[in-house]
Amino acid sequence: MFGRLTWHALDNGPVALGGQLTMVFGALAVIAFLTYTKRWRWLWKEWLTSLDPKKIGVMYILVAFIMLLRGLADAAMMRAQQATSVGSSHGLLSADHFQQVVSAHGTIMIFFVAMGLMFGLINLIMPLQIGSRDVAFPFLNSVSFWLFVAGMLLINLSLLVGEFSAAGWLAYPPLSELAYSPGVGVDYWIWALQIAGVGSLLSGINFLTTILRMRCPGMKLMRMPLFTWGVLCSMVLVIFAFPILTGTLAMLALDRTLGMHFFTAGGGGNAMMYVNLIWAWGHPEVYLLVLPAFGIFSEVVSTLSRKRLFGYASMVWALIAITFLSYVVWLHHFFTMGAGGDVNAFFGIMTMVIAIPTGVKIFNWLFTMHRGRIHFATPMRWFLAFVVTFSIGGMTGVMMAVPAIDFEVHNSLFLVAHFHNMIVGGVVFGFFAGLTYWFPKVFGFRLNERLGNYAFWCWFIGFLLAFIPLYILGLMGATRRLDHYDPSLGWQGLFIVAGIGVMFVLAGVGFQILQLIVSIMQRHQNRDKTGDPWNGRTLEWSTTSPAPFYNFAVIPTVADRDAFWAMKQADQPKNIEYEDIYLPKNTGFGLYIAGASLTIGFALVWHIWWLAAVGLAGLLTLIIVRATAENTEYCLPAEEVARLEGRA
Amino acid sequence: MSKKYKIILISIAVVWFIGIIAWYLHAKNFAVLNPKGIVANRERRLMLITVLLGMIVIIPVYIMTFSFAWRYRESNKKARYEPELAGNAVVETIWWGIPAAIILILSIIAWQSSHSLDPHRQLVSSRTPLTIQVVALDWKWLFIYPEQRIASVNYLRIPVNTPVTFDITADAPMNSFWVPQLGGQIYAMAGMSTQLHLMADTPGSYEGSSANLSGRGFAGMHFTVDATSDSEFNNWLQASRSMPGELDASTYRQLAKPSTDVEPRQYAAVMPNLYQEILLKYMTSGASDVR
Repeated sequence: MFGRLTWHALDNGPVALGGQLTMVFGALAVIAFLTYTKRWRWLWKEWLTSLDPKKIGVMYILVAFIMLLRGLADAAMMRAQQATSVGSSHGLLSADHFQQVVSAHGTIMIFFVAMGLMFGLINLIMPLQIGSRDVAFPFLNSVSFWLFVAGMLLINLSLLVGEFSAAGWLAYPPLSELAYSPGVGVDYWIWALQIAGVGSLLSGINFLTTILRMRCPGMKLMRMPLFTWGVLCSMVLVIFAFPILTGTLAMLALDRTLGMHFFTAGGGGNAMMYVNLIWAWGHPEVYLLVLPAFGIFSEVVSTLSRKRLFGYASMVWALIAITFLSYVVWLHHFFTMGAGGDVNAFFGIMTMVIAIPTGVKIFNWLFTMHRGRIHFATPMRWFLAFVVTFSIGGMTGVMMAVPAIDFEVHNSLFLVAHFHNMIVGGVVFGFFAGLTYWFPKVFGFRLNERLGNYAFWCWFIGFLLAFIPLYILGLMGATRRLDHYDPSLGWQGLFIVAGIGVMFVLAGVGFQILQLIVSIMQRHQNRDKTGDPWNGRTLEWSTTSPAPFYNFAVIPTVADRDAFWAMKQADQPKNIEYEDIYLPKNTGFGLYIAGASLTIGFALVWHIWWLAAVGLAGLLTLIIVRATAENTEYCLPAEEVARLEGRA
Repeated sequence: MSKKYKIILISIAVVWFIGIIAWYLHAKNFAVLNPKGIVANRERRLMLITVLLGMIVIIPVYIMTFSFAWRYRESNKKARYEPELAGNAVVETIWWGIPAAIILILSIIAWQSSHSLDPHRQLVSSRTPLTIQVVALDWKWLFIYPEQRIASVNYLRIPVNTPVTFDITADAPMNSFWVPQLGGQIYAMAGMSTQLHLMADTPGSYEGSSANLSGRGFAGMHFTVDATSDSEFNNWLQASRSMPGELDASTYRQLAKPSTDVEPRQYAAVMPNLYQEILLKYMTSGASDVR
């Protein structure tokens, strides 16, 4: 009846019990709070069923932030284990549990933190930046978000019921095959990513179409703000990369569920094929995270230096070059598979070539500061920290692009330090800069600068303490994912320093939460009445803060790159004519579709075939019903717009 | 806190940090930076070259970052302010050019070293190479000396200054065979045979491990490589031959079963073609004695 699911699935030892109780009581507390304050109806009408990209964006970021806490808890457990599990001591976690934590950390941080923050920021800002009222497919946007949530729920469900994959964040076969991982862990990994991945692909199509089709009059491609350019390139990567992930995961699922032999050891399977395919997705994946972050830095540096961006055309071509190159470097993740000198050298050189456009971007940012008037608000601090850390990460990246060097540091903690250098220093710092920078546009008040500054320093110092020791450990021969080692190796001190670094980062997150609470309490003092708190240059600052649900009462017309800056210099047109605005109605179908997907995923993990069939039937019904629905839009008459604008 | 104290505090922190790193460099064994073999030696030299080339970009970036941030701060009204400055063809050409030149140099280095340090490449030496077959098992390393017809688990002994050819496979999930002080790693994969050529140039004991996650007992997959003189190596071979225990098909099947933190041991004899039989296990039509 319930496939592989029995009561034993709930019992995973005392450490997991802590996580289980935290999750259950956390959920109960939220439910109790919503019931007590009678917010359910409000939540449903204003948020869960909303098709407004700004609200979907906020929900993305909220989910991503909660997942950041989960991912950091995993990181803290890993470092606690490695700081204590030496010689005769074996730490708190068993080897299997440790490997589950490692796998969960990587998977959650990439798919549910970095991706969530990225799609959240895109939803919040990109339509505003191109002078659009909405995205191209508002309903699809809601489906994407809820599939992201469904994937997130499935991966967290693995903590509650059963186990998670212990095969690393990319689950290389044969380890991830049935022969070596017979439990449900890898299945949870597959189906959580499969569901979230489909959501990402739909988002990619949606945002690319939005940028190509919905720009306001006059906004040529070469007049688009750099964040929008970053998003454009990133979405191209999503569209070409995610189908590879879907296909690869599907083949692994067929191996595991129906006994096929795509990637098995033996039976004609070829695990090397999996490694190729997963990185053909995986390398574009990390670049599609960083390109929007590059865009954010371009906006932040230019606005806060009160100066035009230096070398706009170079910046755009650098983004395009990185987009193209990121498809031809995947093999650098496994030079050690032993392809010959020619193959390795080709991919090594292609990888190094990426350093050229990236270097150009750094120089252009620095020359944007040159002869500017730099306002050192928190977003600017994140930028400076990014330059400092990302340069080191770039250099170690070029080092590892030389195949002969890679042989000596591959899969060591040196590699781990390198990619955290890029992803924390590049992506996360970038998204934090963006969140602080655009926060007033979304909520109508500024974030507390002092607490933001504390959070910044904790993150920055914590980052250095957590990852510089890993570079050193890698050179000492420490490989990644070790749950135990010998004291004679002399690694313990550095692991303890790295653990202290994690504590600093946790303190940084604590300050960020405090910053949010304090800023909400002081919102009346910090209210942004102008809609333009930073003396901005791009269109999102031309509308009120918070932006109205229709974004712009009158669609702007653009004649320059820094469109809003130019508008501010010129005289404002006096006679404004409002028009009827058509907007999508709220719908719960995104939520229902994700619910059906979650059911299918859960059923497939536990081999509950009837439930999978029910879920699939439900999913198809929902799609057909929604696809044939009429009257999905409503009209906001011109008089109503005028009234709303008059009040604002 | 006044600005002066802040600067003093920050300088103390930086000096302390550099001091710690210097002490570590001195006191600890940086396997990768402390090569004892010809391959590792060349790999370290490449590392140093790339770091030096990288510094050509990083140092100016750091200097510009801090000097621009300081000079063009909001409160410094004396600094020039040109809000409409949006580019300069000459300087932009320079910084497309400089990284491109550095990458060109690095590309040449990468191309040459990819071939000269290709793990498949035989090392040049007047001495006949020793062949060792490496099998990654759940969760230990089996080393077969086919010419000497002995085998060992989680322990390797090699003669110094003699090129060693490692043929590497797995009868388990993918692992990676890595002895940092001798040279780079290569994956061990079931049904496939990869190759690695290494040569120790100094006698000593070097740590080796698996660098790729392979399951529950992964952390225990470490071994010691003793690089010794020829006579000590031959003594060890003699001693091995007098050990009890032979590695035939049935003892191999027993050994291949999952076990963790396995103590090093030797086998006095090993069945012929064991390595090939292990490879055949994963071929669709292959009949293998050890399946």
